[in-house]
Amino acid sequence: MKDFGFTMIKQRTIDYDQFDGRLLNEVLEMEPSFKVCLSCGGCTATCSAVDLVSFNVRRMNLLLRRGETVELESEIKKCMLCGKCMLVCPRGINIRNVIMLIKKSIPKYKTVTL
Amino acid sequence: METNPFIWPFTIGLLFISCFLIIIVSIWISGLSHIDKSRIVHSIFTRKSLLAIRETFMESLLHRKIFRKNLVLGYMHMSLAFGWFLLIVVGHIQAWNYYRSLSVPAYKAIFFRYFVTEPATTLSEKTLAACVDLLLVFILSGVMLAYFKRLNSRVFGIKKTTKLKAGDRIALTALWLIFPLRFLAESVSAGIHHNGSIVSQPTGQILSSLLPVHSLEMPLWWAYSLALTLFFVSLPVSRYMHIPVEVVLIFLRNYGIRIKKRIDGYSRIQVYSCSRCGICLDSCQMTHAEIKDTQSVYVLKHIRNKNLTDEKLFNCLLCGRCQSDCPVGLSLNDLRITQRIESTKEYNSSYEYLKNGPVEVSPQTEVIYFAGCMTHLTPAIIKSMKEIFAVARVKYWFMDEDKTSCCGRPLMQVGQYEAAKKLIGHNQERILASKANKLVVSCPICFKVFNEDYALPGITVQHHSEYLLELMVNKRLPMNKMPLRVVYHDPCELGRGSGIYHQPRLLLDEYAEVIPVKNEKETAFCCGGSLANIKIQMNERNQIRDEALEEYLSYRPDVLATACPLCKKTFAKSNKLPVHDIAEIVYMAIQEKQNLQKTEYKKEMKMEFWK
Amino acid sequence: MKHIVIIGGGIAGIETASALTDAGHWVTVIEKEAQVGGKLNNWSYLFPDFTPVDKIKSVLQEKCSEKDFSILHQTEVSSIHRKNGKFNIEISGEHQLEADAVVVATGYELFDARRKEEYGYKIYDHVITSADLEQLLLPNGDLTVAAGENPKRIAFVHCVGSRDEKSGNHYCSKVCCITGVKQAIELRKRLPEAEIYCFYMDLRMYGKRFEELYREAQEKYDIEFIRGRLSEASEKIDKSLLIKAEDTLSGRPLKMNIDLLVLLVGMEAGKGTASAAASCGIGCEDSGFLKTADSFLKSNFSEQEGIFLAGSCTAPMSVNDTILHARSAAQEVNNWLLRR
Repeated sequence: MKDFGFTMIKQRTIDYDQFDGRLLNEVLEMEPSFKVCLSCGGCTATCSAVDLVSFNVRRMNLLLRRGETVELESEIKKCMLCGKCMLVCPRGINIRNVIMLIKKSIPKYKTVTL
Repeated sequence: METNPFIWPFTIGLLFISCFLIIIVSIWISGLSHIDKSRIVHSIFTRKSLLAIRETFMESLLHRKIFRKNLVLGYMHMSLAFGWFLLIVVGHIQAWNYYRSLSVPAYKAIFFRYFVTEPATTLSEKTLAACVDLLLVFILSGVMLAYFKRLNSRVFGIKKTTKLKAGDRIALTALWLIFPLRFLAESVSAGIHHNGSIVSQPTGQILSSLLPVHSLEMPLWWAYSLALTLFFVSLPVSRYMHIPVEVVLIFLRNYGIRIKKRIDGYSRIQVYSCSRCGICLDSCQMTHAEIKDTQSVYVLKHIRNKNLTDEKLFNCLLCGRCQSDCPVGLSLNDLRITQRIESTKEYNSSYEYLKNGPVEVSPQTEVIYFAGCMTHLTPAIIKSMKEIFAVARVKYWFMDEDKTSCCGRPLMQVGQYEAAKKLIGHNQERILASKANKLVVSCPICFKVFNEDYALPGITVQHHSEYLLELMVNKRLPMNKMPLRVVYHDPCELGRGSGIYHQPRLLLDEYAEVIPVKNEKETAFCCGGSLANIKIQMNERNQIRDEALEEYLSYRPDVLATACPLCKKTFAKSNKLPVHDIAEIVYMAIQEKQNLQKTEYKKEMKMEFWK
Repeated sequence: MKHIVIIGGGIAGIETASALTDAGHWVTVIEKEAQVGGKLNNWSYLFPDFTPVDKIKSVLQEKCSEKDFSILHQTEVSSIHRKNGKFNIEISGEHQLEADAVVVATGYELFDARRKEEYGYKIYDHVITSADLEQLLLPNGDLTVAAGENPKRIAFVHCVGSRDEKSGNHYCSKVCCITGVKQAIELRKRLPEAEIYCFYMDLRMYGKRFEELYREAQEKYDIEFIRGRLSEASEKIDKSLLIKAEDTLSGRPLKMNIDLLVLLVGMEAGKGTASAAASCGIGCEDSGFLKTADSFLKSNFSEQEGIFLAGSCTAPMSVNDTILHARSAAQEVNNWLLRR
């Protein structure tokens, strides 16, 4: 995002009427296992990247479901794709594919949420 | 010299295919890197060319590798390839001999029996004519097998076969017609002119007694010429492109050219060298999960047809079983990775957060130990390694005990090459800063990338199975053979991926009893857990795992041993038998011996006391 | 007189046997162990009111000695065949019993925590299961860890072997949440100085007085509840443990050094249940527990006429629910026999 020299204040409520679900729907269609996340945080706990940078894999799910594509794009780049999270996930989610799908498709759907 | 209009389709077809091949191969070779081009220039007049000729003979003509897989299938391929080759060679000798000239046009050799109506007289003419006849029979036997194979492929040890496209169908029909037509044309001519040899003459006589041979002769020679033409013209759009391209591949491979991390002329040559024999379909474990459209043969076809989807490209375990079975010796794993690099190059991460602080390692450090991400979820491996280091009194630095970045191999497997390079650079710096000269790795996935893609001058990279064997050989570990029946599962990245088959077995054999199984070493199964496949679903992974386990369980082992944390986790999840890493088994044996010594010591102490 | 054979001499088996004997039937219980009581023998106190297990056990014992049903100890069922409307039951490969009805009460098995290798059970010294802890909670139980000191910081992990694709168990074991709360309170009573944490995904306080106990754990016993699933544990040189989780409510990864890790292991359909199912041709659910003919109206009926189900062989169950399920099984068997 271009820095215009002023900060944009994020809206405090989640406005579901403004929600752009295109990316979410695409990812869920290509990787249906992503539907069953129960937000246990096991993935974030085990993540190799969290020792090196502030990163939270579990939040990818939330960002995607709330349409926060700008933050999602900058966050998702931190994943090293090591696959440890998938060995921990109690729901057997194919997390690496989710990451790759988002990385691939996000430029198409990037929207600025104010 | 007399001629006939039916030679024209053939001659034009031959001219077309020759020009086409020259042009396309030139384009491919010009697309090679400068280094590869200079490799060709420097190798062309060396022994490498002789080796390439030998390999061409053994593989493209005799089809040695297919013979090894299945005798009938091998014979079919050999009779067609080697038979046809000899037929062309002997046909030309026959023509040169007859016309007493080396500048005889090709059609004179190919349609010899039409143009030379007088019977063979000299011994050499008779012998050559008989040779041509026998070669035709030889080829026809292969063609018959090919007909039969279409109907029933199981006889050839192939359970599945590839589906054909229009271009393939035309070329296949032409190929199936060429030799029967030639045989019929020659026999009919022999029936008319009595110029046949040992097989064509009697056949010709029978035909002439049954059919109006005079009116059949021209149509048959025309049909033969047209069949050849059809084959030549359809060749570029059919799988039979592999026949000429494979020869180019063999030469380039012998010159030391390999697949790069990008698509180039050589990868194109590999793609076109696939004969679509379908042997890779049989070795692919994805079929155990009913995934039947992502195998190498299909992916190469889709690359050729420019309609490859990510769903197919990434739905592969990269286990390498197809690669070790491929009769053309294609680098199927690297080809797929190259394609993945191309497909994902738009979105590589740069990992700017990676910052190297100072590395503080004691100067006496003998070994850097890198467990790997996955190994942190199999703590029994880490604990065993730590205990073994203590027993052998090895000073080590546990590089990723608290935190470290991933090795980069999982990124590499899914084509994120640029991203992987960032991680590699970061870890490389830390390893070199430690000043130790040995890196011991517990995860074969890490091991492969450390070995192949890291620049670590002066540092030996070893998987822990190699390292433990070395410790044992140097008598730094106690010996204790336990009465434990073990099946050893070769991890893909360690076995086929890095060629380490024997060290783990030698080591295990000293501490337990290793039972050989049917599918091991080069043909070992993948556990199904591979990180290289990002499309496969968990239930499909489980199916692949269970098929592999079924074979292992049939040997009734006490323990399934492996040397990879991911394989261990994958198999252990099934809960069907105990699964242990090779390091755990070594530690178990050492511990057992130490306990035994302790109790004996105590016993002795008691005896002393009572005295 | 009708003869009923009950497979399993745990709470469900004995309770069913007792009720059927009262109804005037001839009952034989087949128990693989030397004593009755099943898994109850591994437990010390019961949620939600800390009832000593001995109280329940002694009632069971009383029923066994006072009521006129027989128990075949150290006996296992080899096969069950239906013949002329009766069941021929071969036991321990030798004897045969003839029965008019069969009740399967084979119970459950505890999840083997070694299967969650990342938690280090049997690898690290101070990782124990809820069943191990139950023994330590007895008055003479030794809770000390390395260096003979009491643990200063203790963590409970919920859902070990439950709600977990990796363990092959997708279902919720129901009782571990409240077990965790109960044991945390008991630990607090023993170790007033310790910090006690429960790592949970969801707390399912479904039963009578469960929620109240949870509130008490927070209010009175200072048990800290953290929402996040433990990913792994590692052992330090001093045998203390470093655990990793995400504090999902604050959205940040969390690391913690602890002295004792307690794994709240779930329930699985045991091998006994699987083999009983196989020998009498009754179906299992995907979870491995036995299929009931109808989940609302026939929860004691198997798919086979004359074979009934009682207790935790059908689903994870608390002691309370097991007793009720066993009594209803007895009622159903009795009604069925009268109808014939």
